[in-house]
Amino acid sequence: MTADLLRMRGITKTFPGVKALQDVHLSVRRGEIHAVCGENGAGKSTLMKVLSGVYPHGSYEGEISFGGEPCEFATVRDSERRGIVIIHQELALCPRLSVAENIFLGNERAKSGLVDWNRTNHEAGELLRRVGLRVNPVTPVADLGVGKQQLVEIAKALSKEVRLLILDEPTAALNDDDSAHLLDLLRGLREEGVTSVIISHKLNEIAAIADSLTILRDGRTIETLDLRSGHVGEDRIISGMVGRDLEHRFPPHEPDLGEEVLRIEDWTVHSPAQRGRAVVRGANLSLRRGEIVGLAGLMGAGRTELAMSVFGRSYGTDISGRLVKDGREIDVRSVGDAIRHGLAYATEDRKRYGLNLVEDIKRNVSAAGLGKLARRGWVNEHEEHRVASEFRRSMNIKAPGVLSVTGELSGGNQQKVVLAKWIFTDPDVLILDEPTRGIDVGAKYEIYSIINSLADAGKAVLVISSELPELLGLCDRIYALSAGRITGELTRAEATQERLMHYMTQEQG
Amino acid sequence: MTTAPAEAEAPAASTGSGEARAPRRISFNPRQSGIYVAFALIVVLFTVLTGGALLEPQNISNIIVQNSYVLILAIGMILIIIAGHIDLSAGSVVALTGAISAVLMVNLHVPWPLAVVLTLVAGAAIGAWQGYWVAYFGIPAFIVTLAGMLAFRALTLTVLGNQGIGPFPDPIRTLANGFTDGYLGNVGLGPLGGADLVSLLAGVVAVAGMTFTQWRKRAARAGYLQEVDPLGLFVLKLAGAAALVLAVVVQLARFKNLPWVLVLLTALVVGYSLLTTRAVFGRHIYAVGGNLQAATLSGVKVKSVTFWIFVNMGVLAALAGVIFAGRLNQAGPTAGVNFELDAIAAAFIGGAAVQGGVGKVVGAITGGLIMAVINNGMSLIGAPSERVMLVKGLVLLAAVVYDVWTKRRAGRAS
Repeated sequence: MTADLLRMRGITKTFPGVKALQDVHLSVRRGEIHAVCGENGAGKSTLMKVLSGVYPHGSYEGEISFGGEPCEFATVRDSERRGIVIIHQELALCPRLSVAENIFLGNERAKSGLVDWNRTNHEAGELLRRVGLRVNPVTPVADLGVGKQQLVEIAKALSKEVRLLILDEPTAALNDDDSAHLLDLLRGLREEGVTSVIISHKLNEIAAIADSLTILRDGRTIETLDLRSGHVGEDRIISGMVGRDLEHRFPPHEPDLGEEVLRIEDWTVHSPAQRGRAVVRGANLSLRRGEIVGLAGLMGAGRTELAMSVFGRSYGTDISGRLVKDGREIDVRSVGDAIRHGLAYATEDRKRYGLNLVEDIKRNVSAAGLGKLARRGWVNEHEEHRVASEFRRSMNIKAPGVLSVTGELSGGNQQKVVLAKWIFTDPDVLILDEPTRGIDVGAKYEIYSIINSLADAGKAVLVISSELPELLGLCDRIYALSAGRITGELTRAEATQERLMHYMTQEQG
Repeated sequence: MTTAPAEAEAPAASTGSGEARAPRRISFNPRQSGIYVAFALIVVLFTVLTGGALLEPQNISNIIVQNSYVLILAIGMILIIIAGHIDLSAGSVVALTGAISAVLMVNLHVPWPLAVVLTLVAGAAIGAWQGYWVAYFGIPAFIVTLAGMLAFRALTLTVLGNQGIGPFPDPIRTLANGFTDGYLGNVGLGPLGGADLVSLLAGVVAVAGMTFTQWRKRAARAGYLQEVDPLGLFVLKLAGAAALVLAVVVQLARFKNLPWVLVLLTALVVGYSLLTTRAVFGRHIYAVGGNLQAATLSGVKVKSVTFWIFVNMGVLAALAGVIFAGRLNQAGPTAGVNFELDAIAAAFIGGAAVQGGVGKVVGAITGGLIMAVINNGMSLIGAPSERVMLVKGLVLLAAVVYDVWTKRRAGRAS
């Protein structure tokens, strides 16, 4: 009777003090791939939680109909029974269990209470073939990479006879190959009649795969666009998301280059996990004051390994090479040494390595530079509060105050806290590893502005990023890293995505 | 024993973006203040149930003296729990160090001040042994201290030769059991009868000190343009705290003056509260427990921090060992059994988080006092000991359930 598989109408969800969703509409046609995008905090995840029954019927206002029937889900199980399966950004797999066990977890192939292992592994094998994953079903999930784990999640969804597959940022942690494979798989599932909703920040992916797109902003539906015509460009989507025309995604910046501040010479690092395997091989890099330098490379090229090994040998064994700071060789054996020599490293994984999520903004900001606030081992708390408040104001960290716990902040604001922490140590060289991963367009712009102002203050900034447009828009110079070697160096004028990709995929013997 | 309970913050200026969260006023934080409210309610409950006997001068004195060693252990334990570890050996260390001090003082006739110092050094060595395995070898503290619990109990038996050693010299017994002298005699307090002047003066000095530091803190905050409580509320809070301190002191002064262990305990609580909130070392404990990797990458020497909190625990356990042995006037092989569990319970009732990174010294002390009051109050009304254990178990569970529940509610709201 209707082409719409899912219709959500007038959804309003209120938390104490906040209207997370206000009169939101979402209609998904049968058999399409429907993208949902919006800035962080726009209400995407909340909407999906309403849909999947995480927030039970009655805790929100509005109507949901699925396959033409009204839905009143009390639990996630209810929605799964109807064929709505959600795959969260943080994968929900048990690493020690096998692929097959994970696929049928909670849904075991069993006879009179005992697991039928033959059937389990056989059916798992078939599902794995469907998602194009060639691994033995008895392999522990921990032995697979993130990309393959994602496919296991999808196989798990298929095992539940999914009618609507919801993917929350499915490619955020994947490299380009794995992302491409995943998108192909979604297209394949569309052929088979599976409807998908995909939440993504990656606009090129949305453009490549989605049939239609719903944009949320500030908890409201802004518009639904039909993408099949191919006339809707990225800039059009961005302007819908941020509510303003972003002519330039990158703030303008005129570099003012100074002396060389750090030179990394013949830097070689070996893997602590596999003895004898070099992950960085004889790398040479040079950074000047006031310069923003990019480091491009595919997953596994050794970018993070290079950065962390330079930062006080936080990664790797059997490290050799020289660090020359302001013309003098320095010996950096610990993070403490690195900080003393004016180095800073903001991690790519802020939740695991960057922040103390149970502590407030104030104490996270001061964590690496506590010595500057202390005399004879005692911290001046008032000064600490002042410093943190100053950063909150200057970096526009959106939180009720500096006593807000960082675990409750959005990704962009958490990233600003991490940056504030390192800026407070007053470094000469900042290494920023994926500084805009998982944060929304508006916050990205703010982060770029902060990076520019750091360079203007005479600091050298090394930016590691998987997003080539970001490196091209931000950096004065870009190194390409492939299989642990620096394979190319391009100035801003020379650099294009194609040339960078050429160097990044170059194998040297 | 006062800390600024909650700090009010100006709500963020509305930026008109979807990213801004609900501006939540932090004027009352149920997760942190709940414990103090619970303590007050429990005191009121048992005061009523015991017909006021709970707050009799002698009983207050008893509660403090009988629980001092567990409270001392709780201070060491909360630091370890904040760092994300645990210590199951504390009770055995109390026994072993008590035995060492007995051998030194009773058998070898070492002068008592030297013997106490040597015992504390022995405690530090025990802590260093455990801290080494946890910090530098990466063995889980649960395993290391479980092994320690067995091994140090065994060493206690060896040191004692399977028998109690006593009696202790008088100064040790005074420290554990005794009271300050009435140096200045008594004064009359009207209907309350006579009370020791020195104790009262100590109480007045404590209140004055508290008022001064709080006032200075408030002034400094205002100077840094931070939001402070309005003057009326500030005075009200301070007056409440002062009344509480003076009420306890007056009751004690009417009995036998101040117990020495209370003086010691007050010094420890003030010192360790400062250490945890204001010292770089204390901050590093929270950083290690909150996120070990982030602390490492922020330049915190995580291994050294872990090592030293275990050394500290050993020293405090040795102090508790001396006091416990002095109180019984004998070092026995079964001393300190289950003390570690009381200390751990105190820390968790007092708001520590199982995952680490959260907790307060004052919270752990309050948690310990809650259990002490339950113990004492129930025995006053003649409840059998199995019922006391049952209630303590349920209180521990309820405290952690409350903590998790408030956390979950906060998580949903964000």
